[in-house]
Amino acid sequence: MMVPESYYTALSAILFTIGVVGVLVRRNPLVIFMSIELMLNAANLALVAFGHRAGTADAQVLVFFVMTVAAAEVAVGLAILVAIFRLRRRLSVDELSIMRW
Amino acid sequence: MSLAVFFVIAVVAVLSALGLVLRRNPIHGALFLVVNLGCVAVLYLLLGAEFLALAQVIIYAGAIMVLFVFAIMVLIPGKEETGPDPLRSQRLLALPLGALLLFEIGLILHSRVFTAAPAPPPPAGAGGIESVGRLLLRDYLFPFEVTSVLLLAALVGVLALAKRRVG
Repeated sequence: MMVPESYYTALSAILFTIGVVGVLVRRNPLVIFMSIELMLNAANLALVAFGHRAGTADAQVLVFFVMTVAAAEVAVGLAILVAIFRLRRRLSVDELSIMRW
Repeated sequence: MSLAVFFVIAVVAVLSALGLVLRRNPIHGALFLVVNLGCVAVLYLLLGAEFLALAQVIIYAGAIMVLFVFAIMVLIPGKEETGPDPLRSQRLLALPLGALLLFEIGLILHSRVFTAAPAPPPPAGAGGIESVGRLLLRDYLFPFEVTSVLLLAALVGVLALAKRRVG
């Protein structure tokens, strides 16, 4: 019994929404980063499901590129967090307003 | 059979995503995210994308999550979310806004995806690892090479950011 693609897209929508709520609710930048990973992952799942429906492997190549960009993004983001932590000794995102005039 | 596997994996994926958002300890959140990434890897296998399932486990659940756990150890977070919340009213808005977003996505999916005629079964081996390799190293060769430049730029940027200033 094949699983219909709409089930995968529905699951992907639920995971994406949980990621959005996580970004909005949490104050710890590390958890916010992980929620962003969750959203990227949900988008990847939808891409693969649509590619499965189309019957080509192009979507899988696109997801591969998304994965590499996500890896680069996580590395740079965590380095920025470490730099901020060295400067301020705190990590709450509500206090990081030095860029705001 | 695969329908049962899908439902079990989907429930585990949603529960682990909720665990990431709801648990206060970031280490627990990281472990929940590993569970979630593993679930998505199984879903890739169900969809016939073996290469992506392996890459998911190696890149995401392996490399990226190790980086996260390492950063959590170095930064020792956890005290950010204990004090009074200065933006409590805005944060309470997040849940209805999230529900609204889910409703909208569902509406779009319902009108575009769910009602479309079921696609004909793809020809055997269309999305397999062989066609992925062929696409990646022939049709998408230039973006593939640009990816290496991107990773190198990220590497140099991280070194420049994380270097201790001497004097």
